[in-house]
Parts: sequence; C-alpha cells; structure tokens
Amino acid sequence: MARPDQLLPVPSLRFVPVWRRNLRVWRKLMVPSVLGNFGEPLLYLFVFGYGFGRLVGEVERMPYMDFLASGIVCSSIMMTASFEALYSAFTRMHEQQTWTNMLNAPLNVDDIVLGEIAFAATKGAFSGVAILVVATLAGFVAGPAALWVLPMMLLIGLCFASLAMVVTAIAPGYDFFLYYFTLILTPMLLLSGVFFPLSELPTVVAGIAHLLPLANAVAIVRPLMTGTVPADVLLHLSVVIAYGAAAWVFATHRLRRRLAS
Amino acid sequence: MTVVAARALAKEYDGHAVVDGVDLAIEPGECFGLLGPNGAGKTTTLRMLLGLTHPSAGELTVLGHAVPEQARAMRARVGVVPQTDALDPDFTVRENLLTWASYFGLEQGIGPRVDEMIGFAALQGREGAGVAALSGGMRRRLSLARALINDPELVVLDEPTTGLDPQARQHIWQRLRRLRDDGRTLILTTHYMEEAERLCDRLAIVDGGRIVAEGRPRDLIARHIEPCVLELRGGAAWQWGRGEGMALAARSEDVGDTLLLYAHDDSELLAALGAAPTIEYLSRRANLEDVFLRLTGHDLRD
Repeated sequence: MARPDQLLPVPSLRFVPVWRRNLRVWRKLMVPSVLGNFGEPLLYLFVFGYGFGRLVGEVERMPYMDFLASGIVCSSIMMTASFEALYSAFTRMHEQQTWTNMLNAPLNVDDIVLGEIAFAATKGAFSGVAILVVATLAGFVAGPAALWVLPMMLLIGLCFASLAMVVTAIAPGYDFFLYYFTLILTPMLLLSGVFFPLSELPTVVAGIAHLLPLANAVAIVRPLMTGTVPADVLLHLSVVIAYGAAAWVFATHRLRRRLAS
Repeated sequence: MTVVAARALAKEYDGHAVVDGVDLAIEPGECFGLLGPNGAGKTTTLRMLLGLTHPSAGELTVLGHAVPEQARAMRARVGVVPQTDALDPDFTVRENLLTWASYFGLEQGIGPRVDEMIGFAALQGREGAGVAALSGGMRRRLSLARALINDPELVVLDEPTTGLDPQARQHIWQRLRRLRDDGRTLILTTHYMEEAERLCDRLAIVDGGRIVAEGRPRDLIARHIEPCVLELRGGAAWQWGRGEGMALAARSEDVGDTLLLYAHDDSELLAALGAAPTIEYLSRRANLEDVFLRLTGHDLRD
C-alpha cells in the first residue's frame, strides 16, 4: 500500500477487475444509459445543427453540420465521462460503499481510481463512437482518416474522467458537482470551438480558450473528421495529456487520504 | 507461525490517540475476539491489521507479511466480513461471488468454488436473486460466503451477527465453528458477550485504545468476577439488598435501577432470600458481560 503522503499513483493491472465490475453493471442498464448518453448530443447535432446551420451556412469553409459534428463528438465524450466519474463514481464511493468494500480485497485505492477513470473514459469513448457512426451515416464525415479519432476518443475520455475524479475526490456531496458544471464544464463547452470557431471570440478570451483541454481536443478531432491534416498535433496532445495526468495524480492522492486514513 | 503479531501498535488522529500501544499475538487456528465499547479502537485496530490505515507507530505482521507495506499480498490470503454487508446491489447472488473472486484475480475455473460457497451459505435456488430480495440473514450468509471465496487462512469478522434474529445467528455461529474446525484463524469483534463466550478461544477487551484484559473467556471471568451474581430490582429488593444482602455479599454494584451482588458462594444469600419470599431476584453465574462492564464501566459511550 502506498503511503498516504506519497505523491505519484502506483499503476497496476489490478485496475482491470474494477473496470470490469462497472462494465458488468453497465451492460445491465444499457438501454436507459444509452438513451441518456446519446439522446442529448444527437438532439444538439440534428436539431440545433439543422436550425442554426441554415442560418449560418458555412463555417471555416465547411458546412455547419460538418463543423458541429466533430465538436459534438468531443463534447459528448467530455460530458459522458464527467457524469460517470462524478455522479456514478460518487455513488459507488459514498452511497454503496463499493470502494470501501473493494479495499478488503487485494485492491488498493490507486487501482480503484485508475479503474474508475478507465471505465468513465470507456463510456465517454463509446458515446463518441456512437455519434461518429451516426455522423458518418448522415454524411458529415469526410473519409477514413476519421478512424484516427478512435484512439483520440479514449484519450479525451481519460482526460475528462480524471478531471471529474478530482471533483469527486473533494466533494462533500452531490450538490458540489453543480459548481463543476456551472463554473467549469459549461463555460468550457461554450468556449472550446464546439458550436462556433474560436476566431469569433475576443482575442483575450480566445487566448484563454486555447488553454482549455476541450479546445485542444476539438483542434485535433475536427480536422481528422473533416478531411484535413491537424496542425500542432503534439502541442494539442500534450495539453490534453497534461490535464489528464495532473488530475489523475491529484485525484489519487486525495482519495488515498479520503479512503485510507 | 503467529498469524497476527502486533507490537506497540498505535494510531493518532489530530494528536488524539485512538489506538494507544496494542500488543497482539494470535496463533493459527484460534478464534480471537476483540471486545470493547464503541470508540474503544476496535475498528481502527482491525483497519490497521488489514493494511487499510497506516499505524502512527508500532510493528505489525499478518500471516508473515509486513503490514501495511505488503498488505496486498496479505489480503489475498485473508477474508473480510464487514459490519455492513456491503454487497453489490447491482448484482445477483452469483454475480456478487464472481465479481468478488475477480478482485482476487480468480476467474478461470472459479465456477465450482462459487457453487460450493452458495451451498455453504445455504442459498441454493437463489443464485439469480438480486441482493435487495434477500433477508438480512441471507445477506450476512452471502457476505460470509464471499469472504471465503479465496479460501482464506485468516477470516476477519466485524460484528458478524449484529441485527440478526436468533435462528440466523445460530446459523452463522455454526458456520464460524466449521471454519475454525477447518483450521482457519478467526478474528471477530462483537458487542454480544454471549457470542464471544461461545465462539472465542481467547479474547481481548479494549478500552481507550488499550487492551485492558486478555485471556480465555472462562479465565477472564474467574480472574475478575466472583462466580455468583444476584440481580435485585425494584424497591423492596433494593432495600433488602442495601441492608442484609450487602452484608452477605463479597461485593456489590449499583447500576441504575438494579443492584448487583457478587459472591464466591451464594448459598447464604439464597437462604436469606428464601426467608423473604416477596423479594424478586435473579440468581445467575458470573459471565463475560460482568467482566466487560467491570473493566469498561457502566457509562454510555456515545
């Protein structure tokens, strides 16, 4: 067992049974879960995209629906992974005592945190894939280069799952998550180039937006889906990875204290 | 090899000592009881034994593993029955056992073991039932079965029969005796003195983070309490006890509405009571509860 004051997580393959436990439950609740995860992003894509797209026409020399589809893929991964790592994970930690219980088996807090993050990322990536499939069928995706988005989806999922896990680690109760949604996720959703290009924002705001993980995710996913080559891939990847890694370290550290003191 | 060896184990929270220098030596095949009022440090001691919380001081090995450093390897050989059943509400009986086994890396060929444990818990025919559909007794049996999935050498039980009806409790006791007969070591905490007296080969009474008494239940009673006890309740009995009774008893204790008289030989007391037929009393042997209350006091703890 890692000492409570040890900084870095100790990764181990023992996270897999934690991930598989959640997957087992998810399979049972698939139908309502799928509706919840894909219903809203698809409504945004088709209703908002259709209505608004007719007003806007083209954005950055592409049809608005193509522009929006790539943004919705990213935001849907963000939202799905966040919900899972906030509400569902908190329920397992706090209401169901699933984690406390797991600690009686040969699992450590580090394994549980990694397993939960991996599962939330899986769910996020799954919702991203579903929207990618629908967008492809609807003709909003340029070509097979979009397959490169698949590994990217897992990375985006891991990043936002880790960030949400930090909030779960410090949350006294469910109400606390509203702060995260109102102060972080919603502004990020609106400022990351999901619905309109960052170039439309005032310079200062755009500068801040470039630091957001979702903006960097969109900057890679959009070109891949619309058939161009993404610029500054390494830079954007590094930002997403840095947010995720820092959050993973911090969340593990906090949860070790919360669960094992 | 000693199963649990703890020396000067201590745990502080914000400068307050919850466990304050506990020494333990639990031998293989023993059923060891940890008794104490709420807040005495039992749960913290158990958590340290399982490597779930770091001791502030002291040395600890469990099954030969240094704890908490090698806690993972140690927990692979231990079964834990927590106080609240903490079963997975999203799963059926069988899925609970399978999922728990997976935490131990046991998946291939675990089917027969799962069936065996369902039999041990007497839950045949309920494999597909959700946890919510089980009675309290069934849940506790499932908790116990789950803790045994990895064939543990040491089983740790935190209040294994709290909240169960007498039938369910008898059933758990039988299962625990069977585990001990298999040669497993058991550590249990309980608030039921009669349970500790029946099940435990040896026990420690903990109070204020320290062990205040340790030994075989029978020896503890002999060491701390006179063998005969009279309980007197109500006005007339009280009056009699304060006067004639106390003169004939070795020791007395005033507990709220009850007067307890302790004697090495109660024949004189019983003869005197025979002459006063209106007085209601209860004559009994000294038990572990008397020891417990004598050592930890009668005051409420929470």
